[in-house]
Amino acid sequence: MKPAFAAFLTSLALAALAVPVSAQQAAPAKPDPAPTASASAAAPADDGLTGSVTDDSAWQDLGIAIPTFPTNAMVPTAADGGNTEALGRNLARVIYGDLKNNGLFKPVGPDALPAISYGEVAAPAFPNWRARSAEMLVQGFVKAGADGRLTVGCYLYDVALGSELARQGYVVKPEEWRRAAHKCADMVYSRLSGESPFFDSKIAYIAETGPKDHRRKQLAIMDSDGANHRFITNGQATALTPRYSPDYSKIAYLSFLNGTPRIYVYDIGTGQQRLVTEGKGPTFAPRWSPDGKYILYSMAIAGNTDIYRVPATGGESVRLTDTPGINVGGSYSPDGSKIVFESDRSGSQQIYVMNADGTNQKRISFFGGRSATPEWSPRGDQIAFTHIAGNLRIAVMNPSGGEMRYLTDSWQDEAPTWSPNGRIVQFFRTAKTSGKTSIWQVDLTGRNERRLNTPVDASDPAWGPVLP
Amino acid sequence: MNRKIITALLLTSGLALAGCASKPKELPPQPSGATTTTTTPPPPVSQPTGPVPGSQADFLASVLGDTILFDTDRYNIDSEDQGILQSQAQWLGRYPGKRVTIEGHCDERGTRDYNLALGERRANAAKNYLVSLGIDASRITTVSYGKERPVALGSDEASWAKNRRAVTITVQ
Repeated sequence: MKPAFAAFLTSLALAALAVPVSAQQAAPAKPDPAPTASASAAAPADDGLTGSVTDDSAWQDLGIAIPTFPTNAMVPTAADGGNTEALGRNLARVIYGDLKNNGLFKPVGPDALPAISYGEVAAPAFPNWRARSAEMLVQGFVKAGADGRLTVGCYLYDVALGSELARQGYVVKPEEWRRAAHKCADMVYSRLSGESPFFDSKIAYIAETGPKDHRRKQLAIMDSDGANHRFITNGQATALTPRYSPDYSKIAYLSFLNGTPRIYVYDIGTGQQRLVTEGKGPTFAPRWSPDGKYILYSMAIAGNTDIYRVPATGGESVRLTDTPGINVGGSYSPDGSKIVFESDRSGSQQIYVMNADGTNQKRISFFGGRSATPEWSPRGDQIAFTHIAGNLRIAVMNPSGGEMRYLTDSWQDEAPTWSPNGRIVQFFRTAKTSGKTSIWQVDLTGRNERRLNTPVDASDPAWGPVLP
Repeated sequence: MNRKIITALLLTSGLALAGCASKPKELPPQPSGATTTTTTPPPPVSQPTGPVPGSQADFLASVLGDTILFDTDRYNIDSEDQGILQSQAQWLGRYPGKRVTIEGHCDERGTRDYNLALGERRANAAKNYLVSLGIDASRITTVSYGKERPVALGSDEASWAKNRRAVTITVQ
């Protein structure tokens, strides 16, 4: 038994996952073994399990069993649970939560399943799982190293075929244990849906408390599943519209810190912030370029608002729009060549596309009503926006303005932001009269809509990319 | 926070004013964090017969209104607004040392970024009209609160109409 185990562990491919989650942990990343194998390496030639999630009817009942991840030795750990055995259950619970909440799968979690032995991880008892009608099986293990770091293994099996579809391993610091679970869920999701991963990512948003006329608005961040919640500002100055830099090191957001609305760039590692521009007018609607090198901002001068681009490290601003009225927002295409933005130059809020240097500005929204807050999908194929015709609703269209369709139907939904893989749109919903806000997400079918758990009311979500 | 102090002053002076002026004027919205209920008016010693000339209380007692209202998505100054702004210009003419801030606001039925821009445009429309009446532009600053500070809390046309506004506040 033991020798077989050693062989199994050495064969496990360790994906490098030692990058600090937040910059305040300045500890240098230990050079982990380079990722020598990925999900595809272990995947059998079987294309029966890939497909688009938009065509998901067949997926609705895909049963995935996720038993507790056993450990080789129960030892104390700083991660949730206090020891590696309890942590193994928490890991499986996080994976279960990830897979359950996207509406594509019907997972069964560790609290409803029998425990498995450490030795079973790489040699599943397939007949037992067939008896439970599980179609897919996610097993894994957790072990603590001498330095406190955790090694988490993750395996995906096809129960009917009795074969392994994918495997990955992660080495994480105890405080980053959830990232190992998210990476595992990402592997399962990617292998079964054919889509890019998205669970291991973070969201910046505005936490709201207090009555409608005295709303306290704080900048806050959390993981994609709501864990690791943290307030960044204390709420003394109203904070709005945050955007994570693509590398998660900074957040650009609006604050009324000195009485007028200005964009600040907050450095998460140092806690320092600076104005995005020394320009005279109020600035709002910050947006990052996909490579993180530039920030778009909108500035009002004498009542006229235009969109500007400035290097993220500071420097000269370039004005990109130059028409009377309000030009605001802006969202880069994934390749950085174009910007979709909002303008009322025609008399009402509508959506326009221009080249990244400001040339060739063209209106693309012709749907009646008003169209606002366009956000280009990270896949490039869709633009999400807010359509205003009486109610405010989230809609998508293609980049030429065609194939418009609604994703939500409520009194007031606004400000869409894309999941890193471009399959899910998050937005915030305001309740009539009370003004209470909450963050919701919906997949591109419009069918799987759910509210995110946040400690207090929440608005202005901004979803960042998948962590490295 | 200077604004807090200013608002606290406005609150107390506004309360004192309610006793002597014909009708209470609309107060500007408070910044979050300011405590609201002031049941004890300021000591009457400092309040002789009327508001101190040139004070915010004096401004509110002298002008037709501190607030002008806008239609949905509009920022034009109509004839009623002109009357109100003319009375403000007259007061500013009497106190050439005084400065004002004009706050621009929107109703809740718009997107956040656009409303910040629209509030700025409304505040500037009011400012430009005051300037056209001869008030030096350097005496007027503007600030937009977008849809962040409603005065009317309902989700109905009547409330939204009250929230689409520009409010002139003297800088003391």
